Amino acid sequence: MGFYFAQFLTGLANASSLFLIASGLSIIFGVTRIVNFAHGSLYMLGAYFAYTLITTLDAGGFGFWTGVILAALIVAVIGAVIEILVLRRIYRAPELFQLVATFGVLLIIQDVTLAIWGAEDLLGPRAPGLSRAVRIFGEPIPEYDIALIIIGPVVLGLIWLLFSRTRWGVLVRAATQDREMVGALGVNQRWLFTSAFMVGAFLAGLGGALQVPRESVSLLMDLSIIGEAFVVVVIGGMGSVTGAFVAAVIISVLNAFGVLVFPQISLVLPFLVMAVVLIVRPYGLFGTAASAHGPPTVPEAPMKPMSIAGIAVVAAAVALVALLPRLDDGFILVLMIDVLIAMLFAASLHFLMGVGGMVSFGHAAYFGLGAYAAALAVKALGLPMLAAMAFGPLVAALGAMIFGWFCVRLSGVYLAMLTLAAAQILWGVTFQWQSVTGGDDGILGVWPARWASSKPAFFYLALVLSVAGLVLIRHLAHSPFGYVLRGGRDSPIRTEAIGIDLRAHQWLGFILAGAFAGLAGVLFAFSKGSVFPDALSIGQSIDGLIMVLLGGVQALIGPIFGASAFVLLEDYISRLDYWRAILGGVILVIVLAAPNGIAGGLSGLWQLVRGGRKTGERA
Amino acid sequence: MSVLSVSNLSKSFGGVDAVRDVSFALGAAEFLALIGPNGAGKTTCFNMLNGYIRPDRGSVTLEGVELVGRKPRAVWRMGVGRTFQITQTFPSMTVRENVQMALISHHRRTLNMTRRATRLYAEEADTLLARVGMAEEAARPCAELAYGDLKRLELAIALAHRPKVLLMDEPTAGMAPSERIALMALTGEIIKSEGVSVLFTEHDMDVVFTHAHRILVLNRGTLIAEGTGPEIRANPMVQEVYLGGGTVFKGEANDA
Amino acid sequence: MLTRRELQMALAAAIIAAPFAGGAAHAQDPIKIGEMNSYTRMAAFTEPYRKGWELALEEINANGGINGRPLEIISRDDTGDPAAAIRIAEELVNRDEVVMLFGGFLSNIGLALADFANQNQIFYLASEPLTDAIVWSNGNKYTYRLRPSNWMQTGMLAAEAAKLDATKWATIAPNYAYGTDAVAAFKEQLKALKPDVEFVEEQWPTLFKIDAGSTVRALEQSKPDAIFNVTFGGDLAKFVREGSIRGLFDDRPVVSLLSGEPEYLDPLGDEAPEGWIVTGYPGLAVNTPEHDAFETAYVDKWGEAPKTGSVVGYNSMMTIKTLLEQTPSLETDDLLATMSGLEVDSPTGPFFYRPADHQATMGAYVGKTGMVDGKPGMVDWVYADGADFLPSEEDAAKMRPAE
Repeated sequence: MGFYFAQFLTGLANASSLFLIASGLSIIFGVTRIVNFAHGSLYMLGAYFAYTLITTLDAGGFGFWTGVILAALIVAVIGAVIEILVLRRIYRAPELFQLVATFGVLLIIQDVTLAIWGAEDLLGPRAPGLSRAVRIFGEPIPEYDIALIIIGPVVLGLIWLLFSRTRWGVLVRAATQDREMVGALGVNQRWLFTSAFMVGAFLAGLGGALQVPRESVSLLMDLSIIGEAFVVVVIGGMGSVTGAFVAAVIISVLNAFGVLVFPQISLVLPFLVMAVVLIVRPYGLFGTAASAHGPPTVPEAPMKPMSIAGIAVVAAAVALVALLPRLDDGFILVLMIDVLIAMLFAASLHFLMGVGGMVSFGHAAYFGLGAYAAALAVKALGLPMLAAMAFGPLVAALGAMIFGWFCVRLSGVYLAMLTLAAAQILWGVTFQWQSVTGGDDGILGVWPARWASSKPAFFYLALVLSVAGLVLIRHLAHSPFGYVLRGGRDSPIRTEAIGIDLRAHQWLGFILAGAFAGLAGVLFAFSKGSVFPDALSIGQSIDGLIMVLLGGVQALIGPIFGASAFVLLEDYISRLDYWRAILGGVILVIVLAAPNGIAGGLSGLWQLVRGGRKTGERA
Repeated sequence: MSVLSVSNLSKSFGGVDAVRDVSFALGAAEFLALIGPNGAGKTTCFNMLNGYIRPDRGSVTLEGVELVGRKPRAVWRMGVGRTFQITQTFPSMTVRENVQMALISHHRRTLNMTRRATRLYAEEADTLLARVGMAEEAARPCAELAYGDLKRLELAIALAHRPKVLLMDEPTAGMAPSERIALMALTGEIIKSEGVSVLFTEHDMDVVFTHAHRILVLNRGTLIAEGTGPEIRANPMVQEVYLGGGTVFKGEANDA
Repeated sequence: MLTRRELQMALAAAIIAAPFAGGAAHAQDPIKIGEMNSYTRMAAFTEPYRKGWELALEEINANGGINGRPLEIISRDDTGDPAAAIRIAEELVNRDEVVMLFGGFLSNIGLALADFANQNQIFYLASEPLTDAIVWSNGNKYTYRLRPSNWMQTGMLAAEAAKLDATKWATIAPNYAYGTDAVAAFKEQLKALKPDVEFVEEQWPTLFKIDAGSTVRALEQSKPDAIFNVTFGGDLAKFVREGSIRGLFDDRPVVSLLSGEPEYLDPLGDEAPEGWIVTGYPGLAVNTPEHDAFETAYVDKWGEAPKTGSVVGYNSMMTIKTLLEQTPSLETDDLLATMSGLEVDSPTGPFFYRPADHQATMGAYVGKTGMVDGKPGMVDWVYADGADFLPSEEDAAKMRPAE
């Protein structure tokens, strides 16, 4: 009895830490509709600042708590700076575009932190006066855990007071429930957004600072917390602080007891819980339908068939690329194969999110399924390469069929999060199922068949398959089926009202997107010769999102620009010191200069040139 | 001979009767109005007719075939079209493509992946657009349209599957008076030329009394009156409801 | 007139990115070697490693390089992603035309590079990866490994663990291949030495996401006589904190893999556990002439004490230096032939590369954790020669796939 109670308390202490970061994330999302990938970075910064302040102030309990609060305040100011310099300028960009910007911020913070505090983990002091354990039912419980268990609900109470007793809080709640209303109230929206972001950043910083007595401060803190923070926010319902608290308790307590029964459970537990919650309650425990979508954005222009000139340009580009083997210096082809694979992967994701309006945070699942299926087909089934290449997309499509059936029942950010959960569960399976997948040691020796093993041969194979895939995806987008998907994205009500079973069409769209991602995964497996769980990790999914958003969601050509830019940029920049900061900086510059992505920016530029010429003619 | 028959339609939300025992019939090529003060249950009633809400009791039949229990898209396939109070169109498509979508669905080609969508039923779509006076706008992006044009576009979309019945929820809401008259006149012409039956809800009594062949009055979920314009105007119960609501009714009666 | 290759290069530069130009080899041209590691992803562990090989490189070139040719290392960040590592390896091998590759920290990247080396017939020296698979179950002709492996280091610990009178053991290891392999190897070797041991509890926290409180309590509940730990880095710090505050380590021996390495021990500061039986590296406390020379040079150059990675980085370069001095040519076949049985002198003593399984016999230090001059360090340590903890070459060869 005492043992289980103590385990429960341990879970509650963890819940408090998790709640602090998740509540900030939830507030930011509720008000600004930004999916803030940099939230984990703010948490990490809170821990680093607190470490420095606590070890510098060094005056017992007063120094410790002053340090913690000061650190959180510093992080709040940093949050405000990020909001004013970057996010404020792109609120009107297409849905989720801000995600790219926060990813850029994340990269920059990683390197700035490394430069300031160094690579080595920093172990701060324990909290003065709370450094021992007390016995409860004979079980030792750290005093600091008890402090955390108290701090969590106290912060929840303070947020509640802030929301219900201040004008600011009322406005924040109004903005969370109905965005247009805020504009109607004549509120200075800028100020509201900045302050909400600051409060969110403060809470993240506080969460990080309070971790100092529990764990060493390290450069891995940002990425290790962000996934779970999102899970908690989603389970609770995006924008709901109470929901975040309940969800944090659920996840942490389940985990505390889960490890007693099944020690490996932590790997997928949060995502399993999220998947179950979303299937049962499509908007999380306390969320509402209104929380699923960002502000309405400017609709994209109607699609046009490619002009003769356009076809000529594309054909010329493909022909030029086909000539690359003549120029090869041993590496261009390798890089181009990566670019082609990225293009196909990004285009498949774009088909899902750009054409179909279904944002996926877990599209790597199908990329990875394709790659693993092909690898296993070769290694375990002994299939020849081409058969394996056909097998991969089929398995990916099957996976998309299973997960998609659940996903298309949701919309907006909740759909995105369910795709993420699906991908993480799949990742957990490949990671854990060592006898089949090799675990994180992966599957090795997946090299192309002899006839395709030379670089030019494989390059042509990749070129043919990728270009075919891209053409097919474009063709699909222009077909009646593609139009139905776009219709469903524009107005689900109208789509149903003209007799269309939208979900069925979206499901099929999901499956097709999965199959194309699977094809990209197959090419990936054979080009690298090995497959690891990284192929279906969050990182791979985010790369895809960045490519699509960077390229421009509202243009079919977008993913091609986005994928090329991302792969070439990353390849080139990773040669430099502090390449993450540079990559982050470049991403921010692109984001600010072209809020509709590269394709949008280019077409804007083209209009400008043409417009300029026309005015010139008139004059 | 009635096209759509509604009998004893009832729905309650959390113990409150939103619609109670509503029965009426919509005749062939009839232009029927459903009016009532705010919260009278008009929208609930509408949503039950085409499957968005499942009634607790009652039946809706289209030419003798039961509609209750069918999904909205099945009801649409059987020949019941609908326009929305807040227009629902596809803003990222052209005006013509919006109509083509309905035609593609009508011809059951939504799963087609080989043809180019814009090449299917373009002429049919243009004919429909011409019918609502929007032939000139066919190639424009839908997002650019003025509100009144969006309403007419919705009408064209609704006509694409040759409906037997058209349900129009507040068709003139948000329009200027001159536009209202034009849209309703257009609807009246279409009723004549196509033989379609129209049931519509409306706040503007001018519109109702000018165009409706017959009027149903709903109050607190029950049908309190049914009849032609003059009959409804003379009905004391209706007057009481509308006077109680403190509206327009009297003044408009004077106008007429 | 432009040569065909120059034309290619110019065009390529215009089309893709700026590639590094390369020309025909001359006697005085540097010998180019490709190197990569997870410098950003695993900065805390790879920085000392980089400092180690950079020091050795400086010394080699200051002494006239290899047979008069300077050594050039093209070093890249593998970003922690096996796919990126393969791409970089392609570039190093095919564009930069390096004669060999070395580096790697994460086991999966090591395995991917080993497989790449096999496919592309290039010599790869895996410096840091610990996985046994890289020389045994997935071993290949083109890959050698320097660092004492999982099996060797757990063997050193099992030998010490067998001397304890503990029979009920609990294990805690991060839930990924390194952790599961280490636990399996430890169990197998301890059971061989002491058949009556039983393992009563296993905990598998997610790497770098340990829920230390719950894990500690789960271990405590099983009331083991002793604990075998594989967690490291941030996980270890949390585990130590939660474990000591809850009394998990009171009167209970802990045997801990790699925890004596300064990379893992230093950050624990004055909270570092005392009396844990560990493998690691005592740093400045090693007092042999070879080590003193290395130590002085290292402290002079970097202003800090060497860590385990520093030794691994330095020994990698010592291996390369010895290899290049002895090889008849820079052709891969000659490099491989020379590597087989290659004897290398290093700050931590001589070792050689076993012909049968390509594993170096470089050893590790086994001792206990304790406070040395007010800082955490190793006490009562001895150097365990790797050769003593490897299966016979005959047995090892059987574990490798047929070539």
